[in-house]
Amino acid sequence: MQVETHWLKPQGPQRRAQQEPALLRWTLIIAAIGVISVLVIIPIADVFYQAFAGGLGAYWRNLTADADTRHAIGLTLFVTPIAVVLNVVFGVAAAWAITRFKFRGRTVLTTLIDLPFAVSPVVAGLSFVLLFGLSGFFGHWLQDHGLKIIFSWPGIVLATTFVTVPFVARELIPVMDAIGSDEETAAVSLGASGWQMFWRVTVPNIKWGLLYGIILCNARAMGEFGAVYVVSGRITGQTDTMPLRVDKLLQDNTNAGYAASFAVASLLTFLALVTLGIKVVLEQKTRQEIAAAGITETKTVSE
Amino acid sequence: MSVSNRRILPGFRLSLSFTLLYLTILVLVPLGGCFYKASSLSFIQFKAAVWTQRAQAAYLLTFGASFAAALADTALGLLIAWVLVRYDFPLKRFFDSLIDLPFALPTAVAGLVYSNLYVKKGWLGQFLVPLGIQGAYSRLAIVLVLTFIGLPFVVRTVQPVLESLEAELEEAAACLGATRWQTFTRVIFPPLIPALITGFALSVARGIGEYGSVVFVSGNMPFKTEIAPVLIVQRLEEFAYAEATAIAIVLLGMSFILLGLINYLERRSLGHAG
Repeated sequence: MQVETHWLKPQGPQRRAQQEPALLRWTLIIAAIGVISVLVIIPIADVFYQAFAGGLGAYWRNLTADADTRHAIGLTLFVTPIAVVLNVVFGVAAAWAITRFKFRGRTVLTTLIDLPFAVSPVVAGLSFVLLFGLSGFFGHWLQDHGLKIIFSWPGIVLATTFVTVPFVARELIPVMDAIGSDEETAAVSLGASGWQMFWRVTVPNIKWGLLYGIILCNARAMGEFGAVYVVSGRITGQTDTMPLRVDKLLQDNTNAGYAASFAVASLLTFLALVTLGIKVVLEQKTRQEIAAAGITETKTVSE
Repeated sequence: MSVSNRRILPGFRLSLSFTLLYLTILVLVPLGGCFYKASSLSFIQFKAAVWTQRAQAAYLLTFGASFAAALADTALGLLIAWVLVRYDFPLKRFFDSLIDLPFALPTAVAGLVYSNLYVKKGWLGQFLVPLGIQGAYSRLAIVLVLTFIGLPFVVRTVQPVLESLEAELEEAAACLGATRWQTFTRVIFPPLIPALITGFALSVARGIGEYGSVVFVSGNMPFKTEIAPVLIVQRLEEFAYAEATAIAIVLLGMSFILLGLINYLERRSLGHAG
């Protein structure tokens, strides 16, 4: 059996006592493939089929001819990097604090990082409206100073960042736990400054996990719907992001709108597939890094 | 790892204070704002906002559909995890990596394509609709799309546990004369239960808050296919902020309870105090 994509333990060859009869085995395999096909593969195929149903020319026109669609793509490409950069800085800081030090409330902090994951995106959006909306707590102050957060891009940035808070941190924490702090301790003991240690030891060690955190965070940020739906006000040509544009085009209730909606959706689907592809490559790299660090066992025990 | 780390490794104060500041500004203050806003309502007003018949129908649907989808995910997830861990077959790596698609695919896209698949002319709807199975713009549609959204949770929590099971136990069971089925139910299945419950709870938690995909497939008919987050958006569009917030508090409460449960389960199954 080949080495599995999951966790760090490679598997030995399948033993006889663990084998089912061939008939049962293949029935289960086919059932599982059937489930994955119906739930995942057929939908992906349908997105691209619908997007390209009118031919390549129509697809290209759907994406580029409409100024509002172009604006939505531009807005998404503008908002996403801001959210990703914020959450990368946060993720690295949080993972450093949580994996390298023991302090009271560490478990609570970990739970807190997961919190946005459990909060409905609509509720997240609502919270920002309550704070920064016209009738919100800071609404008047913002208006007096000519600032606009809700129904404008800063609100979209806030909502997107909120929803994607956990992703980088969640990827880094297990990786940094597994690698352990021996190399960092050595670097500091030999006189490296904090930032020297960080850039020359920590970052090279965690780079693949970090990269996966970044692309996952990126995919989620580009695709966020509920929270952005609430804070953006969905002003066509102004605050529509790509997922909101998918919805808006669908609401047109025309065949052209339907096709255009799938064209935009196909871009987002492509992004998701690329994300998965990179994940497969990076997981292998991460496993190699941890194996190279070679101190996994003692670390987990001492924790 | 010990307290002495704090004396050797740099950045404890910097990283921790940044982490706390960031979470406070971005997460705690906004959510606190929700509770503050809700507290401006009297108990009677709060109850009037969250306990209308329409809202009750929405909670019931939100919770019921999430629960049903999570149950489906638990069964399907166990099957998929089992097959991926135990058997070899062509394109296995490919199928394995596709399990994570619901994490990466924007929910709006999932909703859009699921509604397209299950309408009368859709790829799957053309077979199902004549049988009377309405997989779009119905309650079933909500369960279907939530099953998609929650699928990775069960697979990815069960997979590592299944991989770490020791072959010796199964061999011992076989040597002692157990049938393969007995071995599965008495030796293999029990250690999987915590992971299955965690995956189930994660999938319910995700389903309760889900908005983007459901809004596309459900049709959003009050009392029939309207979920609680849709109701919040409705109230917001009527500028009824306090009522919207009250319903949001109910949803938040459900999420917090589930998050607490998940954390408890994860810590217990890892077997360390954290």
